[in-house]
Amino acid sequence: MLFPINDGALFNSIKTGQAEGEALVSPEPISFFGGVDPETGVVIEMGHPLEGECVAGRVLVFPTGKGSTVGSYVLYRMKKQGVAPAAIINTESEPIVAVGAIISDIPMLDGMEIEQIATGDWVEIRDGTASIRRFEK
Amino acid sequence: MKLSKEEQAMLDGELGVGARRAMEIVTALGRIYGAEKLVPVTSVQVAGVSYKNLGDAGLEFLTEWADQDAHVRVQTTLNPAGMDLTRWRMLGFDETFAQRQHAVIEAFARMGVTTTCTCTPYLVGNRPRMGEHVAWAESSAVSFANSVLGARTNREGGPSALAAAITGRTAAYGLHLDQNRRATLRVDVCCPVVSQADIGALGYIVGKAAQNRVPFFEGLETLKAERSAGVKVQDRLKALGAAMAASGAVALYHVAGVTPEAVAGADVLSPDAKCLVVDDLSPGYEALTRPEIWPPPGSSGKQGENSQPPRSQEGGYPPIDLVWIGCPHASLSEIKRVVTLLAGRQVRADLWITVAQDVREQAAQRGLLAAVEASGAQVVTDTCVVVAPVRELGFRSMATSSAKGAHYGPSHAGLAVHYGTLAQCVEAAVAGQWIEKSENSNQYLTLV
Repeated sequence: MLFPINDGALFNSIKTGQAEGEALVSPEPISFFGGVDPETGVVIEMGHPLEGECVAGRVLVFPTGKGSTVGSYVLYRMKKQGVAPAAIINTESEPIVAVGAIISDIPMLDGMEIEQIATGDWVEIRDGTASIRRFEK
Repeated sequence: MKLSKEEQAMLDGELGVGARRAMEIVTALGRIYGAEKLVPVTSVQVAGVSYKNLGDAGLEFLTEWADQDAHVRVQTTLNPAGMDLTRWRMLGFDETFAQRQHAVIEAFARMGVTTTCTCTPYLVGNRPRMGEHVAWAESSAVSFANSVLGARTNREGGPSALAAAITGRTAAYGLHLDQNRRATLRVDVCCPVVSQADIGALGYIVGKAAQNRVPFFEGLETLKAERSAGVKVQDRLKALGAAMAASGAVALYHVAGVTPEAVAGADVLSPDAKCLVVDDLSPGYEALTRPEIWPPPGSSGKQGENSQPPRSQEGGYPPIDLVWIGCPHASLSEIKRVVTLLAGRQVRADLWITVAQDVREQAAQRGLLAAVEASGAQVVTDTCVVVAPVRELGFRSMATSSAKGAHYGPSHAGLAVHYGTLAQCVEAAVAGQWIEKSENSNQYLTLV
């Protein structure tokens, strides 16, 4: 049974668009440059909480971006390769991920606290709102 | 955020797809930073040029943007590429890498960018005046533009700088505004700062402490005296800014009696500025010397390979493969100093002086290029050790007098690093190994 955790709360829209998917949540920032393989969508940063996970098609949630600004281009490549996240949610956006989402047409919101969501939650994004549902018996 | 008619038209796509995408980037960043409006810029310095960093991801994006007829509206110069664009084959760079790197440069050229491939645009014709609003990427160039020239820019990223060039605009926030240009950290320098390596060590210490505050230096007597004596202190300030931008995120600093905004008087020091006293440079020197090799993250070097410090030769000093001068890119007078220090000798290690193309040509005209090459050293253009695939060229250990270069050497180039004065670096090139300063000798206490 899917229970609503957050039914359509409004966040800041960094890149508009509609998306839905299973959440993949990181408590730590993500650097796309050097941290994610643009060909496979797998997190490759050594020691990262999401190391080895594939972000393709997931609603990727993390506090903020970090690293080199060419990380924006990595997101672009991931979209081209079909391994980009379905959407991105940050607590506080910064230019690398924001620009990456914009040029790659990946819906993106910010303003969500990491504690509000868990890996495996089902997320629907529409018109700047995010609805979160969790499967519980 | 308020947009002008022309800005809105660009955003609506009336000036083409390329311009629309650029304006989307610029306005999105404006919203993130809470800017009230955009500001026109007179020049741009673009980062994200080396194929080593861009990969096919960046090459694809830039090529498509050029295909969409994106074209720059203002003077736009470029950061270093991943190789010397002319002499790459002689220096040992790989053919496939070279093809891809050339494709990147071509995409930029199609967009109207001047492919200067240097982190010192101010030495090759991109030199904004005090008060001018610009959009520069490359942290050492940003620091120079703000602090030494008194122009106004934030630390732009690669894509945001290119977007600013295509739209001719950037968001009016941060260092574009008067109130954000005041110093928030007073630095009292209470020890001698003589050589350029001293300046780099100082910058390294201050950058770490300052993070993204605006430092105001007092006590840099050598600099003040040089400036009064009519000596151009540009090279020293270039090194200071680069160090602070590498260990921290300093984009603007002031030096009492030296930099233009400090000299103009006004209200440069904020009343709630914190204070930092620097009375010892050795923590900077220690932090910058990393004699153990480790592969950089995501590099082709395998984990654990070469994880021992290099074996010393007879004499007990570590071998040096590469001596690197020119981070940021060297000026003509820095090339002259190297020639003087070489004193006609041959080098055992590779010695690279990295410069902009124009500076190499000036060096050639003055006979300096011939003098450098006679020693076996190279004047390398368009690139730098941090963004070139130097491990693939076989280098494992480096000596440099650049704090910024020493900082990034291990993580970005997988090199072990020895940091010291220019004189020490030239001696290391001649000997093929690092030589510590002798306490009894005045040999290295010259102003180099």
